Amino acid sequence: MDTREKDIENLKDYKYGFTTDIENIRAPKGLNENIIKFISNIKKEPKWMLDFRLKAFERFKLLKEPNWQKPKYPKIDYQDLYYYSAPKSMKDKPKSLDELDPKLLETYNKLGIPLQEQARLNGIAVDAVFDSVSVATTFKGELTKHGIIFCSMSEAIQKHPDLVKKYLGTVIPTTDHFFATLNSAVFTDGSFVYIPEGVKCPMELSTYFRINASETGQFERTLIIADKGSYVSYLEGCTAPMRDENQLHAANVELIALDDAEIKYSTVQNWYPGDENGKGGIYNFVTKRGLCKGKNSKISWTQVETGSAITWKYPSCILKGDNSIGEFYSIAITNNHQKADTGTKMIHLGKNTKSKIISKGISAGFSDMTYRGLVDINSKAKNSSNYTQCDSLLMGNKCGAHTVPYIKNKNFDSNVAHEATTSKISEEQLHYCQQRGLNPEEAVGLIVNGFCKEVLQQLPMEFAVEAQKLVGISLEGSVG
Amino acid sequence: MKEQLKIDFNKIKEVSNFSNRDIEIKKSYLNKFIENGFPNRKQEDWKFLDINQIISNNISDLSFYNDYSIENKIDSSIFIDDLEHNKIIFINGRIEKIDFSYEDKKQIEIIEDSYTIDKSENDNSLIDLNIAFSNKHFKILIKKGYSLKKPLIIYHLTNEKMKSKNINLRLDFELEQNSSLKLIDFFTDDSEKNFMNIFYNFNLDRDAILKNYKIDKSLNKNLKYSFNDINQKQNSISETFVFSAGSDYFKNEINCNLKGKYSSAFINGIFSLDDNKQHEIRTTINHLVENTKSYQLIKSVLGKNTKSAYQGRIYVDSKAQKTDGYQLSKAILLDETSEFNAKPELEIYADDVKCSHGSASGCLDDNSIFYLMSRGLNYKQAKGLLINGFLLDVIEKITDAEIKDLLKKMIGLKK
Repeated sequence: MDTREKDIENLKDYKYGFTTDIENIRAPKGLNENIIKFISNIKKEPKWMLDFRLKAFERFKLLKEPNWQKPKYPKIDYQDLYYYSAPKSMKDKPKSLDELDPKLLETYNKLGIPLQEQARLNGIAVDAVFDSVSVATTFKGELTKHGIIFCSMSEAIQKHPDLVKKYLGTVIPTTDHFFATLNSAVFTDGSFVYIPEGVKCPMELSTYFRINASETGQFERTLIIADKGSYVSYLEGCTAPMRDENQLHAANVELIALDDAEIKYSTVQNWYPGDENGKGGIYNFVTKRGLCKGKNSKISWTQVETGSAITWKYPSCILKGDNSIGEFYSIAITNNHQKADTGTKMIHLGKNTKSKIISKGISAGFSDMTYRGLVDINSKAKNSSNYTQCDSLLMGNKCGAHTVPYIKNKNFDSNVAHEATTSKISEEQLHYCQQRGLNPEEAVGLIVNGFCKEVLQQLPMEFAVEAQKLVGISLEGSVG
Repeated sequence: MKEQLKIDFNKIKEVSNFSNRDIEIKKSYLNKFIENGFPNRKQEDWKFLDINQIISNNISDLSFYNDYSIENKIDSSIFIDDLEHNKIIFINGRIEKIDFSYEDKKQIEIIEDSYTIDKSENDNSLIDLNIAFSNKHFKILIKKGYSLKKPLIIYHLTNEKMKSKNINLRLDFELEQNSSLKLIDFFTDDSEKNFMNIFYNFNLDRDAILKNYKIDKSLNKNLKYSFNDINQKQNSISETFVFSAGSDYFKNEINCNLKGKYSSAFINGIFSLDDNKQHEIRTTINHLVENTKSYQLIKSVLGKNTKSAYQGRIYVDSKAQKTDGYQLSKAILLDETSEFNAKPELEIYADDVKCSHGSASGCLDDNSIFYLMSRGLNYKQAKGLLINGFLLDVIEKITDAEIKDLLKKMIGLKK
């Protein structure tokens, strides 16, 4: 724990900002049918997968890049990106952790997730995605015993084609919006989870994403299926090295919960946010969508967003099954020149569906933060209810905090309630804390953590501690 | 529609006596409108209720030409008796009478205004349409320190000649320092299927007070759009109240610029809808300097096949510290076919502010109904009582006692 705390101390100047010197195999720059065929070919994908990609690409060619969001960014040249980048030594996939390239392992150690260590100590199964290829999946034996499938997407396509075929693209179809469609065409890897009927996953599953190569877009695709009566808690963490140019991250995450199943999905996102002057950083344009397909199912999103130059994502729940529940807990922190436009969508289709949204936004420095959410109660969603609370905290008068909720209620049996407040840390609170011996920064940290408590509580234990520290670190230098 | 617009515009050019300069300005706005057309749901501000679609569904053959040279007969039976008041009477979009008989004539000036090109980029094509087709417009100036003794009622009347027509009208109001005006807009329609487009400009100097009440109560099959642009200087107060019930479609847009310290804006609204009606209120409050205040309360009661929408936006500039902004929208849905949409939006760039919004919608509370019925009321009475109580809350916000009474009587909350 001590070393971990020390590591976090070093976070002051983005501690994950190292690059690993590994030879990469790259597809040539650009986006065209050949690149897609190249990706599909190198991954030895079956034909139906290639067709899936090509269909998406056909659609992509017709789509226009959206421009309604609040944070504007310079135009991305999609032809000037690498769509595939894999460490060279991965060509012959290692059979176990010992066979991994030592340099790779070192990278993970620097990140604070030694694969073996963490697997053993925390009992967490980690699937680490390095640029575009999933490096190794730990803790496989334990999971297999329960019949749980937890592997990389490429492996799932090879070994479990029926499941992938059945569910991939059912929540985020190939005909979705611009970035999701791009992902469908060029996605490289990601995680695949299948929890069989009645199984309660004995440990937290976790993925670690890292963008290493420069000028690379990361397009991973995650698919989680919880069969009838099962439960899974899944956590993803993200980092990227410091680079001057902006990097694009456009992932797709699909969750499917069948009857009585529950999925808990937590994210701690700490991509490189750019330097103090807003140079560089990740564009985090992710599509996350969960489908409560069965009766009494539940999907819960928890996110702590502290990184990225621009965060633009709306983890959503489609509440299709009767009595299903959707939850969204979010902390988004922007400092310096970071921008975030995030929130959620709750689409109520089934009867007696319930949703809850708690969103906490904190903006400091020159940053801009927007909560944008949709609550849509369909005319057939009898007796549904939604509660939304979104609070914003402003630090300084150079930053902005915005709230844009869309509320559509088409059912007279249903209740929708929405509350939002915007304020700053009061002088009294600060004064009180300082009087008790805290310095101003500690005082702000304490107050902000109190402000975020409702969301932090939702995170799995180990990550709650880290997230809490991350919150404090992200705001450093914003007071005074 | 393009051809129709051009033909109708040329007709106006021939019969009217606008100066060449005015015609040129109008023409430029007409071209802008032809280019953009009626707003549709692709535009964020028109997301919930698409006026383009509503116009083409309800009025297929809309024409834009009105002959303003013909005098219309005034039917005095529609005047409001319970309240002594000044009058402006619009019939079919033509001013028939301006009557300030209760006031000191020296303190009020009625100026025939000419058109100017608005430099600010407005992307509301209905304003372009308004400028292109409205008749001569007047500016009413209330001089320094003068408060109107009686409220001014603007009657908006239409008769059967107006079927399938677009009516555009515009009035400007200038309230000089420390003056005050109470203004009631009252709508009575004898025609069907027309589209009325109203554009008001208010300029409030220091310490001026404006109270504007819009009453759309009598049932009719028309579409209406009203835009209030209010600019406020130091210490001024604006109060806007909308009772939105009678027309098939009514969208009220209120844009308030709080440009002076300690200025404040209050907007209250009621939607009481039944039978396929679709109404909307959209507000934008721009807090541009420090110590300004805004308060909004919107309540809806929605019956069969109705739809109401509230889009409220509070913008707080980085200079506008100590802003106090509040929005609350509530809706009762009475039928399974009713629909409520809300988009309460906050855009805040200053840190020392107090801004919040709330929105709630649902059906009538069964427990309350049960309670009232156990006290001997029948279901209908119980429901009526609860709805009246719900709406009374908004009426009570009206600061003028006389007008509050008048409204209560009109809505049936008081005998």
